[in-house]
Amino acid sequence: MGMTMTQKILAAHAGLDSVQAGQLILADLDLVLGNDITSPVAIKEFAKLNKTEVFNKDKITMVMDHFAPNKDIKAAEQCKMCRDFCGEKEITHFYDVGKMGIEHALLPEKGLVTSGNAVIGADSHTCTYGALGAFSTGVGSTDMACGMAIGKAWFKVPSAIRFNLTGKLRKYVTGKDVILHIIGMIGVDGALYRSMEFTGEGLSSLTMSDRLCISNMAIEAGAKNGIFEVDDITLEYIREHGGAEPKIYRADADAVYDETIDIDLSQIEPTVAFPHLPENAKTFGQFGDIKIDQVVIGSCTNGRLEDLQIAAEIMKGKKCAENVRVIIIPATQQIYLDAMEQGLLKIFIESGAVVSTPTCGPCLGGYMGILAAGERAVTTTNRNFVGRMGHTESEVYLASPAVAAASALTGKITTPWEVMSK
Amino acid sequence: MKYTGNAIKYGDNVDTDVIIPARYLNTSDHAELASHCMEDIDKTFVSRVQKDDIIIAGQNFGCGSSREHAPIAIKASGISVVIAKSFARIFYRNSINIGLAIVECPEAADGISEGDKVEADLDNGIIRNLTTGMEFRTEPFPEFIQKIIENGGLVNSIANGSVK
Repeated sequence: MGMTMTQKILAAHAGLDSVQAGQLILADLDLVLGNDITSPVAIKEFAKLNKTEVFNKDKITMVMDHFAPNKDIKAAEQCKMCRDFCGEKEITHFYDVGKMGIEHALLPEKGLVTSGNAVIGADSHTCTYGALGAFSTGVGSTDMACGMAIGKAWFKVPSAIRFNLTGKLRKYVTGKDVILHIIGMIGVDGALYRSMEFTGEGLSSLTMSDRLCISNMAIEAGAKNGIFEVDDITLEYIREHGGAEPKIYRADADAVYDETIDIDLSQIEPTVAFPHLPENAKTFGQFGDIKIDQVVIGSCTNGRLEDLQIAAEIMKGKKCAENVRVIIIPATQQIYLDAMEQGLLKIFIESGAVVSTPTCGPCLGGYMGILAAGERAVTTTNRNFVGRMGHTESEVYLASPAVAAASALTGKITTPWEVMSK
Repeated sequence: MKYTGNAIKYGDNVDTDVIIPARYLNTSDHAELASHCMEDIDKTFVSRVQKDDIIIAGQNFGCGSSREHAPIAIKASGISVVIAKSFARIFYRNSINIGLAIVECPEAADGISEGDKVEADLDNGIIRNLTTGMEFRTEPFPEFIQKIIENGGLVNSIANGSVK
C-alpha cells in the first residue's frame, strides 16, 4: 500500500520499509526544540532520567521567546534554568535575548531544519516546519525531555487529508487567509490526529512565508502536522538559509488519503476568524462594522519580513486610527534588521504604531499588549480562545497582516482593498 | 486502576488556555498550577474539586498549546480521570506521558451529567454511572501505550529501560 509524504518520512526515521496509519513507532529525531515556558518542565523531567549527557548537542535547540526579554522575576528564573542547562550540557543552539527570535520564524531562518527531517518541539506550532517538507510536530515537555535523552519519540502514524491547491492568490490575499478558510471549512478538530498534506499546481504561487504560515496553523485544525510537497521554492529557501542537504519524500501515486480537498486559491477572500475559535471564519460582507482597540502584527504565524512588507505597503504615509494601539513585532533579529534597512520600521513608527523586539508576548496573553475587559483586537496571531490575549471578556479576531494593517488605519475590521483604493 | 468520583462536566473544545491560562506559565510548580486550573472557564472548579473527581467533556478536549502544564494542573487538582468524546492530540500524548488517565468514550460523555457519581474501571474498560446505573465500554489502549502507563509514564519507562 502506498504511503503519504508524512508516512514515508516516519518510516525512514523508524528504520522501516513501510508504515501504515495507526501503527505505533519509535522514530529517530533530527531536532528537539523547547522554549522558555516548556523547557523548564522538560529539564526537571530530564533530571529524573539519570542521563548525564544529551543524545546530541547539535540536535537540541532552546529559544527564549515566550516571556523574554524576561517579563517578571519568575520568567527570569525560567530563562536562567534553560541558560544554565544549555551551558552545562554544551547545547550548540541556545538562543537568548540578542540572538533569539520567535522560535518558528528563527529555526528555518537559521537553517536548522531541512526537507525530510523529523522534528519535535515542546510548542504546538512546531508544525510550522512542514512548509520545508519536514515531518514536524508539537509535543509536551516530557517528550522533549525524552527526546533530549535518547533522540527518539513515539508516534502513532497518522492518516492524512490531501489539499490539492490550484490557481493563484489575489493581491493582499495571503497564506493566512488560506489557512483560516481551511479551518473554517473543516473545523478546529477537522484534521484531528491526522496530517494535512499540501500539493498541487497552486503551490508554485505560494511564497515560503505563505507556506510557513499555513503549516503553522495546521494545529488549529487539530492536525499532527501540515506538510508541503518540496519544490524549487523550498529548495532555494533552504539553500539561501544554509540548511542541511534536503531529502525529498513524495507521496506514492497509490498513497491512501482519507479525503482530498480542492482549494482554488484565486477564490480565497480576505478571511477573519471571530472569537473564540479559529474555525469561526468569516469573509467581508458576512459582518458589519466591528470597532477595535488594538492591532498586533507579529508572532510565529505572521511576523516574517513579507508580513511586515505588506503591512508597511498599506500603512505607508497614513496614520493609525485614534484610540487604536498598534503593536508590530518583527519575529527575529534578522527580520528586525531587514525591516529597518528597508525603511519599514520608519513607516510603522510614523503611522503611530510601536515596534517591539521579538517576543511571543501578546499572542498568548503574556505581556506587551494585554487586553482589558470588553476590548477587541485584530491580530495576525494564531488563537482567539477565551482569555487568550488578556481578560476573559476581551475578544481576539485573527486575520492576515494586510487586514490587520488596514484595520489599524480605520479602527474597524477592514479589507486591504478598501484602504488601498482610497 | 479503578477510580470513583463526582463528574465535573464541560463542553466541546476546552482549550489549554482555559485549563491553565498562559499568565500562570511563569511557573512549573504543580500545586501553584492546580490553584489556577480551569480559572478562565469555571471559577468554581478549584474550590469544588475533590480528590478522584472525574472530568467529563465533549470533543477536542485540550486543544491549543502544547503546555504540559495543562494535564499537570488537572492531575494536581486531584482529578483521577478525564473522559471526553475526543482529545486534542498533544494533550492526549502529554497525559499518557505524565500518567494522567484519559478515556475517549463519546457514549459516556453523553450519558454522564454534572454531579453524577462515576466509577472508571480502567483495567476492564468499563465506565459506570453509579447515579443512573448506566454502563459504558471503552477501547483499551494499544499495548505500546499501556506499557508506558504501566511503567508510570514515559520518563520512568526510559529510566527503567523499557523504552530505549
